[in-house]
Amino acid sequence: MTLNDLPTLTLSQNGHNPEPSQRTFIMKKSALLAAVCVPAFLAAAPLSAKTLVYCSEGSPENFYPGVNTTGTSFDASTQVYSRIVEFERGGTKVQPGLAEKWDISPDGLVYTFHLRKGVKWHNTNKNFKPTRDMNADDIVFMFERQWKQDNPYFKVTSPNHSYFDDMGMPKLLKSVEKVDDYTVKVTLNQPEAPFLADLAMEFAAVQSKEYADAMLKAGTPEKIDQEPIGTGPFYLVQYQKDAIIRYKAFPEYYAGKAKIDDLVFSITPDASVRWAKLQKGECHVMPYPNPADLQAMEKDPNVSILSQAGLNIGYLAYNTQKKPFDDLKVRKAINMAMNKKAIVEAVFLGSGIPAKNPIPPSMWSYNDTIKDDPYDPEAAKKLLAEAGYPNGFETDLWAMPVQRPYNPNAKRIAELMQADLAKVGVKAEIKSFEWGEYRKRMQSGEHQMGMLGWTGDNGDPDNFLHTLLGCASAQGNGSNVAKFCYKPFDDLVTKAKVTTDVAERTKLYEQAQVIFKEQAPWFTIAHAVQLKPVRKEVVDFKLSPFGRHTFYGVDIKGK
Amino acid sequence: MLRFILTRVSLIIPTFIGITLLAFFLIRLVPGDPIETMAGERGIDAARHEQLRKEFGFDKPVIVQYGIYISRVLQGDLGKSLITQAPVWEEFKSLFPATVELALCAILFALVIGLPAGMLAAIRRNSIFDHGVMGISLAGYSMPIFWWGLILILVFSVQLDLTPVSGRIDVLYYIEPVTGLLLIDSLLSGEEGAFASAVEHLILPTIVLGTVPLAVIARMTRSAMLEVLGEDYIRTAKAKGLSRFRVVALHALRNALIPVVTVIGLQVGVLFTGAILTETIFSWPGVGKWLIDAIFRRDYPVLQGGALLLGIVVMSVNLIVDLAYGLINPRIRHHR
Repeated sequence: MTLNDLPTLTLSQNGHNPEPSQRTFIMKKSALLAAVCVPAFLAAAPLSAKTLVYCSEGSPENFYPGVNTTGTSFDASTQVYSRIVEFERGGTKVQPGLAEKWDISPDGLVYTFHLRKGVKWHNTNKNFKPTRDMNADDIVFMFERQWKQDNPYFKVTSPNHSYFDDMGMPKLLKSVEKVDDYTVKVTLNQPEAPFLADLAMEFAAVQSKEYADAMLKAGTPEKIDQEPIGTGPFYLVQYQKDAIIRYKAFPEYYAGKAKIDDLVFSITPDASVRWAKLQKGECHVMPYPNPADLQAMEKDPNVSILSQAGLNIGYLAYNTQKKPFDDLKVRKAINMAMNKKAIVEAVFLGSGIPAKNPIPPSMWSYNDTIKDDPYDPEAAKKLLAEAGYPNGFETDLWAMPVQRPYNPNAKRIAELMQADLAKVGVKAEIKSFEWGEYRKRMQSGEHQMGMLGWTGDNGDPDNFLHTLLGCASAQGNGSNVAKFCYKPFDDLVTKAKVTTDVAERTKLYEQAQVIFKEQAPWFTIAHAVQLKPVRKEVVDFKLSPFGRHTFYGVDIKGK
Repeated sequence: MLRFILTRVSLIIPTFIGITLLAFFLIRLVPGDPIETMAGERGIDAARHEQLRKEFGFDKPVIVQYGIYISRVLQGDLGKSLITQAPVWEEFKSLFPATVELALCAILFALVIGLPAGMLAAIRRNSIFDHGVMGISLAGYSMPIFWWGLILILVFSVQLDLTPVSGRIDVLYYIEPVTGLLLIDSLLSGEEGAFASAVEHLILPTIVLGTVPLAVIARMTRSAMLEVLGEDYIRTAKAKGLSRFRVVALHALRNALIPVVTVIGLQVGVLFTGAILTETIFSWPGVGKWLIDAIFRRDYPVLQGGALLLGIVVMSVNLIVDLAYGLINPRIRHHR
């Protein structure tokens, strides 16, 4: 039975007979049923109001984004919670959330949040009834649960508050104080421009302190992460692992009730099966299509494919502290020896655009005036000779063993690169390890050159340029796998980090991208394009640059 | 008979120890640990990694960890999933009925078609029917499950629109699990159409999962039947002037069933293996998919607990089969 069968269901529910064509359809089905298993009888399903079905790709780990790292888990919990500030729908701009407005002290150290009044908690849990609206206690709890090791909730579900730690919160936060019920003052140790954007990230979802206290008293603290209560647009009705997540629109949501009434995540791990379900109308939106199905999708009159360059970058990093890649000429030569366009076309199959900068074009401060290194094997050979390698050299070439959002097939890319490099005399040996091991070894700098990538967290260029290319992360096992530490570049991105004026930051980042191109610590491969097949009856679904799937504001036509 | 049962039961203990050892050490041989797997591209600094390893108890020598694990298992505590923090037993309990439902339907499907097909093929040896059944069953046996499932979806769901694509029931039904077996729960719920929807959703996965056992059962029945039909007592029965039906159904079938029953028992293990793929294709919320995820996430407790519980199920089924074998064949029961 599909959602499109609903009109039929209405008919039979009212006691009328189905139309003849529908009758034969039902008869055909019954015959097949009877043939295989128990004799079946088909009847009407309970009629639901506006229901949107999303064929999600997997089960969430739990409903507490503070300890999660996967998009699958974030998608499941983001419907339920609100944050102090929110990203605009379909963009990276930060807008008011639970905080109606905020003041930032001139030195950029003190943030005072003025909270919205009358924000209701979901009143849907059988074990707990909220007695008060959202207030400053809940906001303070959000910080302290992830920050203070002595908080009784610090270790509940997991002590690994991955994003909170990664965004540098433990070092950054000096104090979080409740001024009154609707005012919270956050003091930082140093100015940090991306701080507001950080608070719009999933890890900063606000949970009910009252619920937490009640569950702690009942001896079941983990319940708050399994049967979540939030202030978000949808409340959780049912979760069956690997099968279904069922939500209903929260009528008292502070920004008004969602346009749809029911939201269902039909968990469908296989991409081809998701596509079959979408075709049949068993779901309305599906993530992560199989590139091989794209052509058929384009031809389907009931489906449109939304696309957007994702907030990501796939790259080949040269280990700038190892020979021969400590030599700028070698890095430039290799950049020119590989045919980027051909590689992207062959491997991304229309779901990627060649990258010239380390940040994606949808991000503010993207410097479009920069020219990419041309594909020119002859010039590359010349440069190699100048660098003292007239006959090329031998190197390793690391390729991830797994598919990643920014790179669908690293091994295939490595083979294409290997062939291109052979033409300029460079013999590259492809290496790979188990994924966890691979990353660890890359981060400790064992490679000469190797592929990796990044998906943006908070929409801030700092999250790419400082996190992936700054000197601080070039040390130890940091995420700067090119081990690129170049003072003129680092000065720019460090300065931009502590500057609050966006125009000024934009200038700094634009300049940093120029230096990046000159110094060539990476061969930038591609930005994967996010493709989202959506049925035509879905109205106003917006792609999130962060790859989230949110359904507030989405409507369904003809119901 | 008692001695027979005791011998069989005593074999369970070494098997049990074997499973815990294998599950425990094999997953630890795989590089990477749950903390690193969770960290993703972000990575994790060494100090924090060490601290978390301590929290989870991974800093102790592996043999000590195994000792702790076994002592907990013996007290009935399988631990908690590292990822969801839910007790392994609770997760297993909520997912296992789905696998059982699918496996039961699949084996039923295999028996209902495989037994008669095998018998007929044996009786009409070397006929077109015989060659047809054997050819098809060989194809069925060699069929890659993933491909087979997708083909069925494309043909029956997408092209012919006869069955739903995947899932256990239409998303419009909200059935509270009582027994966990949706065929029963949907009837109990009293919601109109829920049962039919559950049946519809079972058809394709049943066929996909049942294909391999069906092929094995058909081939096994045929060869067992052929052997029995060549026995002297069958010739005697025929010579006595018994009807062909009586000869086949009463004299031959019962004896031919002995090896077939054993094969059915062994197929339970095969079913669980097949369930892993079938469940992934049909988004079937069973234990197969759960274990695969546990491997990818290095969720040690889930993998150890799941393997152990499934092992116990397979062992129990085989024990029951062995006992049934004894019932069918008095020679085994009285053998000293």
